Amino acid sequence: MTMSDIAIRSVNLSKRYRIGQLRRQPTTLVEAVRTFVTSPFRNLSHLRRLARFDEDESADIVWALRDVSFDVGRGEVVGIIGRNGAGKSTLLKVLSRITTPTSGWAEIHGIVGSLLEVGTGFHPELTGRDNIYMNGAILGMTRKEIDLKFHDIMAFSDIGRFVDTPVKRYSSGMKVRLAFSVAAHFDPEILVVDEVLSVGDSAFQKKCLGKMGDVAKGGRTVLFVSHNMAAVTRLCSRTVLLEDGCVKMIGPSHQAVSAYLQQESGTTAEREWPAEKAPSGRVARLRAARVLDRRGRVSDVVDIREPVRIQMEYEILTPGYVLLPNLNLINEEGIEAFGAQDLDPKWRQRPRPPGRYTSTAWIPGNFLAEGTMFVHVNLNVQSPFILQFAEPNAVAFRVVDRSDGDAARGDWGGIMPGVVRPLLKWTTEVLDTAPPAGTKAEGSAGAL
Amino acid sequence: MSQTQPVLSNPNPSRPAVITVIRPRRGPRINLHELLQYQELLIFLVLRDIKARYAQSVLGVGWAIIQPLFSMIVFTIVFGRIAKIDADGLPYPIFSFAGLVLWTSFSNSLVDATGSLIRNSHILTKIYFPRLIMPLAPVLGRLLDFGIALVLLFAMILWFGVVPGFGALLFPLFVLLMVCTAAGLGLWLAGLAIQFRDVSYGIPFVVQLLMYAAPVVYPTTLVPDRFRLLYSLNPMVGAIEGFRASLFGLAVPWDLVAVGAGMAALLIISGVYFFQYRESIFADVA
Repeated sequence: MTMSDIAIRSVNLSKRYRIGQLRRQPTTLVEAVRTFVTSPFRNLSHLRRLARFDEDESADIVWALRDVSFDVGRGEVVGIIGRNGAGKSTLLKVLSRITTPTSGWAEIHGIVGSLLEVGTGFHPELTGRDNIYMNGAILGMTRKEIDLKFHDIMAFSDIGRFVDTPVKRYSSGMKVRLAFSVAAHFDPEILVVDEVLSVGDSAFQKKCLGKMGDVAKGGRTVLFVSHNMAAVTRLCSRTVLLEDGCVKMIGPSHQAVSAYLQQESGTTAEREWPAEKAPSGRVARLRAARVLDRRGRVSDVVDIREPVRIQMEYEILTPGYVLLPNLNLINEEGIEAFGAQDLDPKWRQRPRPPGRYTSTAWIPGNFLAEGTMFVHVNLNVQSPFILQFAEPNAVAFRVVDRSDGDAARGDWGGIMPGVVRPLLKWTTEVLDTAPPAGTKAEGSAGAL
Repeated sequence: MSQTQPVLSNPNPSRPAVITVIRPRRGPRINLHELLQYQELLIFLVLRDIKARYAQSVLGVGWAIIQPLFSMIVFTIVFGRIAKIDADGLPYPIFSFAGLVLWTSFSNSLVDATGSLIRNSHILTKIYFPRLIMPLAPVLGRLLDFGIALVLLFAMILWFGVVPGFGALLFPLFVLLMVCTAAGLGLWLAGLAIQFRDVSYGIPFVVQLLMYAAPVVYPTTLVPDRFRLLYSLNPMVGAIEGFRASLFGLAVPWDLVAVGAGMAALLIISGVYFFQYRESIFADVA
């Protein structure tokens, strides 16, 4: 990557914070009085320490970022993922200059606009109109720019005649829509987005994702922090996976996302819960979940051509209920492949006596696509419909294609999209062996 | 934080005009160019403060008059009638009202500025802009209140038959002195209050007491001469005495004004410096 192609270069960025230390609680009256009298002095030293690091490395220092280095090319859309506290937001805060790094440096080529939580800077007493201008100005737009975009912002937000109503009277959905509209119409060269898509109803989320896609296609550099793995995979070409403030991996989004999901659930094919820690309701308690291969052995790798069984083992604690054990299969992009429920005729519409049960779903071979599948196991009472347990990512397994040529992939070695990959019956028949009229048989073989 | 600042309207988006370097912060850096670019945000913040302050209120900006007006009535009874303070030969009501108009504006500005970073910490921790704008906005916003109260003051001056003379043209100078004092102190206190909330709790009360360290309800002539220099170290002494003298056609005590102006300049320069020095930790301690 040459210098002129770089939008963001981060070199060994580190940031440390001091977290509050737990203080000893007084146990006697004398101690309580003494604690009370001396508390201002302790408070003062405590508050001063918030921004001081001159003492040696003590226990309450955390490194929110540690030696984070990466480059983002101009026009690239890069995702940042990691579990809560991994340093995603801190990284965005450093890159958008809200806070300074402790060490390391970064270079930003262009104007950065940040969309860190929409609605920042909304004042409840001001009208929608005033807040559009205010929020625009906070984001860095000039009055002229906002004037020009005002109509579009209004149209996108769909707040209509409420524009001159104080924002405090808006529904929360309206607030979010207005805030995102302002932010979405701000076009800096580099856009930094943090979790905007976690708000609003699903229709609006879709609209936001669409807008994000437009921004991405418009050649703008975007840094996108999200927990929505499907959105990250869809929008971002590359993704940075952070863990405990360090870069764990940088790579194509689908790889980083699957690494993250594996780290989150630990792709284990079998899990058992002790009775006291098990996900449980009043009627039923989950005790184990397993992935079993063709021969009935626990296995976290499954050949694409072979059937696989998902087994859940649970206890029924209270008699007299019709139960619906069910599961969902989610792929590494966060897309749900399907949901299914126990249809064993022996137990349909029949209340179950207490005891230990297993329910096993038989998934046929040549059905799921390659990749990691995460299994959520759940159990509901049918009537009244009450959830007993729902264990997301209880187990996981990888579907692999050994590329022998007899699965749906055939001899194709490239990417095959989709959550299912059925081996279909194909028929191809020859209708006529003569070349179509108007084409010359000779010379056409070389040019496809 | 930045060494160069993005130009907000970049005519050629295919070639970014600027490179921002982010490094650990060492010492303050005052970037006037950047401040100028964000002047529109300052204006919006001033307008927001004004609009929000009087939203959903029956009297609206009328409250700008009520505070000094009622203080004036109380002080006229207590100090003018009961204590019989000599107000340099002026009718006590306009004497105290002139002082109160300026002082009220100062104290409100200072209290607002002190709490400005705390009130806006949700913005502070989410978006970058020159932090200096935050405490300055309420100081400017309170000038509207001042202007409204000033109209009433002029009306009272006419009512009491005081002839101002050409000296009255000087009065904006003393308002400027007040604004600089409030801004300078406000920068110091805002920079402290974001980390030590005690500052924002204490200031409203301290400001109330400080009024008696300025010639609001009594004239400077009551202060013994040997304390005069010490007394004038408070920039509000020069501001209030100068303001009153210019409006009421008296001789402006330039010695007080000069010392006060020097102190105000010191406050504002050190305030900006101190604020910028602490700026990089605001988002972390807010």
